[in-house]
Amino acid sequence: MPDLVGHAELDCIAIGATVLGTGGGGDPYIGKLWAQRRTDERGPVRLLPLEQVPDEALVVAVAMMGAPSVIVEKIPSGGELVVALRAVERAVGAEADALICIEAGGINSTIPFALAADLGLPVVDADGMGRAFPEVQMVSFAAHGLSATPMALADERGNVTVIECQSPEWAERLGRAIVSAEGGAAVIAQYPMRGVDLKRTAIAGTIGLAYEIGRTVLGAGRRMDSLLQALTTQLGAAVLFRGKVIELERLTEGGFLRGFLTIAGLGEQGRTSCSISFQNENLVASTEGEVLASVPDLITILEEESGHPVTTERLRFGMRVVVLAIPCAPLWRDSRGLAKAGPRCFGLDLDYVPFETRLGRRA
Amino acid sequence: MRIGVDVGGTNTDAVLIDANGLVVDRTKTPTTADVSTGIRNALGQLLRNRPATPISAAMLGTTQCTNAVVERRGLRRVSVLRLGAPATTAVPPFTDWPADLRAQVEGPVAIIAGGHEFTGKELSALDVEAVKRTADDAARAGLSIAVVGVFSAVNPDHEQRVAEVCARVAGPDHPVSLSREIGSIGFLERENATILNAALADIARVATTSFEEAVHAACGPARCYLTQNDGTLMALDYAVRYPSLILASGTANSMRGAAYLAGVSEGLVIDVGGTTTDIGILVRGFPREAPFAVEIGGVRTNFRMPDVVSLPLGGGTIVRQKGNQVRLGPDSVGFRLTDEALAFGGTVSTFTDAAIVLGRATLGDHSPAMSESTAAAAYAMAMDLVERGLERMRPSSAPIRTIAVGGGSVLLPDCMDDGLPLLRPSDFQVANAIGAAISEVSGGVDRILAIGSQNSQQLRAEVEHEAVANAVAAGADPTAVRIVVREEIPIAYLSGNAIRVRVKAAGPMAISE
Repeated sequence: MPDLVGHAELDCIAIGATVLGTGGGGDPYIGKLWAQRRTDERGPVRLLPLEQVPDEALVVAVAMMGAPSVIVEKIPSGGELVVALRAVERAVGAEADALICIEAGGINSTIPFALAADLGLPVVDADGMGRAFPEVQMVSFAAHGLSATPMALADERGNVTVIECQSPEWAERLGRAIVSAEGGAAVIAQYPMRGVDLKRTAIAGTIGLAYEIGRTVLGAGRRMDSLLQALTTQLGAAVLFRGKVIELERLTEGGFLRGFLTIAGLGEQGRTSCSISFQNENLVASTEGEVLASVPDLITILEEESGHPVTTERLRFGMRVVVLAIPCAPLWRDSRGLAKAGPRCFGLDLDYVPFETRLGRRA
Repeated sequence: MRIGVDVGGTNTDAVLIDANGLVVDRTKTPTTADVSTGIRNALGQLLRNRPATPISAAMLGTTQCTNAVVERRGLRRVSVLRLGAPATTAVPPFTDWPADLRAQVEGPVAIIAGGHEFTGKELSALDVEAVKRTADDAARAGLSIAVVGVFSAVNPDHEQRVAEVCARVAGPDHPVSLSREIGSIGFLERENATILNAALADIARVATTSFEEAVHAACGPARCYLTQNDGTLMALDYAVRYPSLILASGTANSMRGAAYLAGVSEGLVIDVGGTTTDIGILVRGFPREAPFAVEIGGVRTNFRMPDVVSLPLGGGTIVRQKGNQVRLGPDSVGFRLTDEALAFGGTVSTFTDAAIVLGRATLGDHSPAMSESTAAAAYAMAMDLVERGLERMRPSSAPIRTIAVGGGSVLLPDCMDDGLPLLRPSDFQVANAIGAAISEVSGGVDRILAIGSQNSQQLRAEVEHEAVANAVAAGADPTAVRIVVREEIPIAYLSGNAIRVRVKAAGPMAISE
């Protein structure tokens, strides 16, 4: 894990965040350019190990909320982050000592670094998901009973809304409505908490992990076999399937990108196929009607040619891909985690079984 | 009759096509450094024995714009007018550009109030005074202007108003590039594309003027067109304003030519040249477009481009042997093939030589000194590369027709792994120039729609109607226009159902021969 995060480290984090984004989470490209610009100007940001966060320190999560397809068109002004943070600080009555990423997957892995560089604050090497999830309550802090609010939403015009909610689920519902009114994307500051609470609820080391994954992908060049070897060791990942995308069905429903894709096997898997269903993020991978892996475990697709991870929006027919399963953070495998982000939270009639167990049964 | 011309890196090809669409004659001449001499030579050869042939139209496909960006030559400095404040300032223009290109192209940058939300409502009112100042400064300094508005694909109003102000302040001929005419949704990529377009203003003027002069000198007052990278035509005055649409037009032409010659509208096309092999796919007779960002000269853009796999394999690809190890390319002798390859008395072992040794082709006047085992190993590697490329483009495992074009396609076997014979139409060597000559005229719409359950059919019909109207306005025959691209992409994370709709209509030119 790097002590300081600057331009080069952000390049790696963005790639690792796409792996942890499991197909969703938004393309980290714009967040990366934004954060790189701030760190180029103000100097690199200190990455603070979770165990070193003082008990009394106030830590706030900052992120973008909304449609990735709006964010790539209506880029933020840059000033929203500090406006949202200050609003939460006023509501709490204290100044933030550090920032944290709500999710290590997708665009929100890089956003806090832009603000941290401006304010000279450290970013904690941890997050609330260890991956990407689509909703405000699908966060380790919520699974441990912490409040998402006071939560502030700020847009590029200087509008700022502070909401106090009786549950993270309500923060999601109200927040989504405000974001929609503001044009489909806004910056949020949420889950203000003390170090003592952060240390017992956050998922440790995930930003450093994203960085290491990015380094591995870049270091492997196009040598897919050595890349897969390295990711297996680094993440406990398993290759679920290798093949070619032959079917891709995407539609929006309730504001989410839902659909499925089918991958036809090549080589020794020639006669089989693998299908993956997604709701922004990849949810379930199965072959011949048998589930191989499901949410909250991570299902990530790498492009065979480049070795780079691919988001759902960039998938296309004919692409040769490798499907990886990566174990989720242990929290998501127990009853509190499954209640927030298990298969049933995504409307799936499926009991969660860790993919390692599923693959073990097959073998 | 009409003439199609394709200026490639190696050759300038020209074809003469009669009113029935039959190829009357064809010629291949070397591309010259100034391009226009090569075009004059090609036209001269083509019409040598037909001095009085009436030529109604001449169409050009050219790599000049691509080369200018890649080689950083002849680019104009650009003044960027971004309509989006207070949004978008987190990432200013030119942020992720290679330093050398940026140093040549970057001019003053203004991020001013303007632009729209995805709903089409104003993000902020357009700052007309700032537009006037920018236009005035750009006119004084002789800079191209690139105009990029947030969600201009949804609502073009602000970009259009900026164009009007610029025309008033800087004069109607001052180069102004509007982003909605160039790229699709994805702000930074579209901005980069628009800036490159603006930077190509001079190259485009030279390319169009020299083509028109060469055509008029060789065949009188024929109408001249340039081909775009979607395989359709544009008038020269439009090409001067939108030179970025010329990028990769050669690839599109060769695929359109392949479709035409083989009489096939769905299938794969393999175009084997001297240095590279391009594999693309035809949908309704047009090249399928690449779905996401393409890099040009190190800049991330969202130009619409044909979706092709480019392989480092061509007739001139160098074969090397070290001990038992045979290596193929990726470098090539390119246009020096007929001097340097073994088969032509040279000293370099090439993929062409390997094919000759294996009896797959008869070319040149020397028997290549290459062992059969080396040739077989090199050829197998080449076929593996091609098979993998075909595999990537194949829409499904079902057999699909595959058309081989380009001078190097004689080196391919008669059928690929799926067992279907390769289609080798006559005149396959000049498919690109033929593709230029038979180009159609198109019009498109790219927009985000909020789809409710009742009105979705009606909204879709309106978009198609608009695309057809655009094609007719651009010169297509109203009786023969049809929808050639229809694409809907759902938009994630928005409440309500929003989709991005892209529709394109195309038809033959309305003017009779």
